[in-house]
Amino acid sequence: MNLTLRVWRQKNRLSVGQFETYPLSDISEDSSFLEMLDILSEQLVADGHEPVAFDHDCREGICGMCSMTINGIPHGPERGTTACQLHMRHFHDGQTITIEPWRAKPFPVVKDLVVDRTPFDKIVQSGGFISARAGSAVDANTMPIDKQTADYAMDAAACIGCGACVAACPNASAMLFTAAKVAHMNSLPQGKPEKHRRALAMVGTMDGEGFGGCTNIGECEAACPKSIPLDMIAHLNRDYAVAQVKNFFDPVV
Amino acid sequence: MNLDSKIPEGPLAEKWTSHKFNMKLVNPANRRKYNVIVVGSGLAGGAAAASLAEQGYNVACFCYQDSPRRAHSIAAQGGINAAKNYQNDGDSVRRLFYDTVKGGDYRAREANVYRLAEVSADIIDQCVANGVPFAREYGGLLANRSFGGAQVSRTFYARGQTGQQLLLGAYSALSKQIGLGKVKMYNRHEMLDLVKVDGHAKGIIVRNMVTGEISRHAGDCVVLATGGYGNVFFLSTNAQGCNVTAAYRAYKRGAGFANPCYTQIHPTCIPVHGDQQSKLTLMSESLRNDGRVWAPKDKETAKKIREGKLKPGDVAEDERDYYLERKYPSFGNLAPRDISSRAAKEACDEGRGVATTGLGVFLDFRDAIQRDGQKAIEERYGNLFEMYQCITGDNPYETPMMIFPAVHYTMGGLWVDYNLQSTIPGMFVGGEANFSDHGANRLGASALMQGLADGYFVLPYTVGNYLGEQGVAAAGKVTTDDPAFAEAEAAVKERIDTFMSIGGNESPRSFHKRLGQIVWEKCGMARSEQGLKEAIREIRELRKEFWSNLKLVGDADGLNPELERAGRVADFIEFGELMCRDALMREESCGGHFRVEHQTEDGEALRDDENFTFAGVWAYKGDDADPELHKEALVYENVKLATRSYK
Repeated sequence: MNLTLRVWRQKNRLSVGQFETYPLSDISEDSSFLEMLDILSEQLVADGHEPVAFDHDCREGICGMCSMTINGIPHGPERGTTACQLHMRHFHDGQTITIEPWRAKPFPVVKDLVVDRTPFDKIVQSGGFISARAGSAVDANTMPIDKQTADYAMDAAACIGCGACVAACPNASAMLFTAAKVAHMNSLPQGKPEKHRRALAMVGTMDGEGFGGCTNIGECEAACPKSIPLDMIAHLNRDYAVAQVKNFFDPVV
Repeated sequence: MNLDSKIPEGPLAEKWTSHKFNMKLVNPANRRKYNVIVVGSGLAGGAAAASLAEQGYNVACFCYQDSPRRAHSIAAQGGINAAKNYQNDGDSVRRLFYDTVKGGDYRAREANVYRLAEVSADIIDQCVANGVPFAREYGGLLANRSFGGAQVSRTFYARGQTGQQLLLGAYSALSKQIGLGKVKMYNRHEMLDLVKVDGHAKGIIVRNMVTGEISRHAGDCVVLATGGYGNVFFLSTNAQGCNVTAAYRAYKRGAGFANPCYTQIHPTCIPVHGDQQSKLTLMSESLRNDGRVWAPKDKETAKKIREGKLKPGDVAEDERDYYLERKYPSFGNLAPRDISSRAAKEACDEGRGVATTGLGVFLDFRDAIQRDGQKAIEERYGNLFEMYQCITGDNPYETPMMIFPAVHYTMGGLWVDYNLQSTIPGMFVGGEANFSDHGANRLGASALMQGLADGYFVLPYTVGNYLGEQGVAAAGKVTTDDPAFAEAEAAVKERIDTFMSIGGNESPRSFHKRLGQIVWEKCGMARSEQGLKEAIREIRELRKEFWSNLKLVGDADGLNPELERAGRVADFIEFGELMCRDALMREESCGGHFRVEHQTEDGEALRDDENFTFAGVWAYKGDDADPELHKEALVYENVKLATRSYK
């Protein structure tokens, strides 16, 4: 298939970016979206131009590295799919495709389609863990966990930390990301002791990093490549409210 | 080259316990005086960095991704083995040890493998404590599944995302330490050289991939957990960024490289679709629990399927060859990876392959769906089925999956002793980057086990032992002002300048592709003396061409993916030659290494225990000199060497 690409080019964080248009021909329908970009890169290199910089690694939809907005939708038009798992059979011959980086203030552009997502790491560093030193654990079957709870925790833990939720949100809120981590850990018995601290600390860091507030729009759920449900945000709101009350009467942080 | 394996004295089952007792300890108050460098943030690196920081050491951790959570351990699907015997089906530390040694075709070090089996149970406990949501039964206890090469059910899993969940467990522990300031994390940094001071590893030179800045980092020791070298084949199941550079740079600084020819070709990957392909996708081996592997009995039937004239579902039962069940009745579809891969290749070589390229066989869930219902299959493999459909456009609930072997894991790696210390004192190597535990073939669900064993339970002890031996007076004494750092930094900069100034016509990706074709053809699933000699010649020519015709665009002082790839490909080219040399030297077939000259009448691998029961360790002797082979004899005191049989 033949395509026209409109790609965001930006040299570095401080420079001004703009869209460039590139024609591309003979793309196989079986190619992935990123393989299509590889071909563009080779074409640009052959002409002596710099290829488009984009983040990518595992190319099997799990590492969360790839991050680009395709025709206005983070990770592109297929639901529940990362850009690396999006295949060209979902586009048609002659189509114009617009590709741009995540647009969110806390994720500044590093170059072209590459953005800086370290604020996500900071949110986790402030409380997204269950403290159990290596060597301190008891036998794994000592504490049975009902299947429903384990499955729910797994649903939440499926988050790949790609940031599509932030890119999709008009407020650039990181609620779905933070909520998934909190719901995963707070729902498990081993995560209970730090439950209140976790909710307060992670939400505090999230706000501090400049992410916007949640206004229940739901774009995040629609853009999430792992289909993390909006219910997780309800879970976080509940845990956060309880933690605040608890903290008022009996400080946990 | 000193290859003293430092295996502790005493009975196998007591070695690790007594070794731990004999180790030097560092007083908790003194630990903060030591700096440890960890390169890599996957299961081995992430867990080691977190655990060492928990003990009180200052850790600097480096990864090339934008976050430590993205290391390629994350892509492991199927599970993690542990000798818990929760199924009451006869598992034990000894059995896991035995299965691993046998699965590795008797080319691994007994004492290391036993320790791995011994700590396996602790890993599960640790992961659960950190909140890993393993699959559970309705009673709330942990569930298990079975995996290739074992007749017990000992694999723990988190849907088809076990690697992700384990890595997020290690990442959360690491994050806590970063938050506490005990670990300084360097994202988007790539190690480009190792620095030795007075013969000991004392630092690294790294490139900041965003700014292009080259910087020096000093420590009291260095831990490499930089993964495998499967991307030497260009197409593999590895992530795009996986590379051999850190390990290869260490090799050039004097670390022995062991068994580079031991590469694992995984039997259940999605077949290649064409020449625009950038990577291969694995479908978890766990699928073979319920899926049945077959190829048409008849070449003509296969041809009709390839041309789309016949639907696979319409092939009659007696027209199907369930070749694994036929050839290996007791293990059936759960035969080990090397054996299953070769069997698929055989079927395709006979012209019975499917997929448009003829390079594919079926993995069929029809019978399992009839037996257990679609819901049960969905529960077990839902996300894998979705992934398959997403990539191929076929629905595996309705039509059988097509699979073909692909490069997946590398058992070879930097040589380490029992302490996971390389031939360079002070440089430790963990996870896939070392060679120690899997011999010539790794069993499924053992990579996660080894990564976490090294990271949580081995390195935190042996690194402390080394630091204790060096004494607290030496702690933090080496600084980046040492001339060795200046020398290494200058070499790194010069190399980058050379890349930028060649001014040729061929891109790094093109060279990488060409290298991949050579090694896949001649050092892949079947290897011959003639082919390997040709490969070595061709790789040398490719190397010359690379250094005279490389085309590199962009600048060195900013984010430049072309420059990153050029450096990695330059090392892969040299490493590819080393791999072929090792394959040529090893005149036997064992595990993933299959020399066509050495096979039984019915095409099974033929080992030569008399002459090749050793680890082949290569020492670097100069860019244009032949590397030198050293041997670590493998002594089997607890397992009797036997021909591997899964029949």
